[in-house]
Amino acid sequence: MVFISKMAQEQVVLNTDKWIDNYADYMYNYAVVRVNNSDLAKDLVQDTFFAGLKSAKNFQGKSTERTWLISILKRKIIDHYRKINSKKGQAEVRMNFYDDGENEGNWLEERVPQSWDNQSEKTIENQELKSQLESCIDALPEKYGLVFRMKTIQEFETEEICKELNITASNLWVIIHRARTQLRKCMEDNWFNI
Amino acid sequence: MFKNFRITCDEATTICDKSQYGASTLLEKVKLNIHFLGCKICSLYTKQNNLLTKIYKGHAKACKETKVCMTKEEKEILKKELEKIKK
Repeated sequence: MVFISKMAQEQVVLNTDKWIDNYADYMYNYAVVRVNNSDLAKDLVQDTFFAGLKSAKNFQGKSTERTWLISILKRKIIDHYRKINSKKGQAEVRMNFYDDGENEGNWLEERVPQSWDNQSEKTIENQELKSQLESCIDALPEKYGLVFRMKTIQEFETEEICKELNITASNLWVIIHRARTQLRKCMEDNWFNI
Repeated sequence: MFKNFRITCDEATTICDKSQYGASTLLEKVKLNIHFLGCKICSLYTKQNNLLTKIYKGHAKACKETKVCMTKEEKEILKKELEKIKK
């Protein structure tokens, strides 16, 4: 076994000079979609290249260079996610439902959905609608925003998100539910019924 | 028997959100529809939710079409940083 892996190592040469030209944009896109912050995405890409360079001798050629680099980037993103999960991600969410007492699970009075004015004219896609939606998503706690974006905007499979973020499916649906009730309220207050 | 089918508004809207992604089970849908019989608020929530899903989908489409790139300058800086590490 040792012999085989030694052989493999000798055969695999990483073309590190070409990394940035070949993969920087792909990796940057990959990161930006997931962390929704261009500066942070650039940092993560840079960290990934550094880490890749340091552990280049561990590359066994079982996957392509790009796949290997992406797997490092994935770890970096999860690490970032863990960090926000332990601090900012825990930020208190404004609940839409009573969470104890005899009314548990019922709508909080001030959060009850109101009917919307001029619905048809308010749903025409335009730049204003887009930027209002973006600012409502940004107002979500970071973890909720992340999961909502991955599921709804990037349309990832549920299992994929769960695997990447290390959460269960039912966990994911609770997060999606909370994100969407918050978003609904935010859009109601700032777009539909101003 | 019907006790098993009774759900709160919180649970009903969770199912509603789930079904926006085609992920709710038949039993959940049955529970949701029974809930609608007695709850106008959640019916309204569902109607608005369908509309929001359309908006989100439109937004998703627009986002996917935008590709972002790092600028040439940023790549050059990154290359230099990498060179430093190699030495």
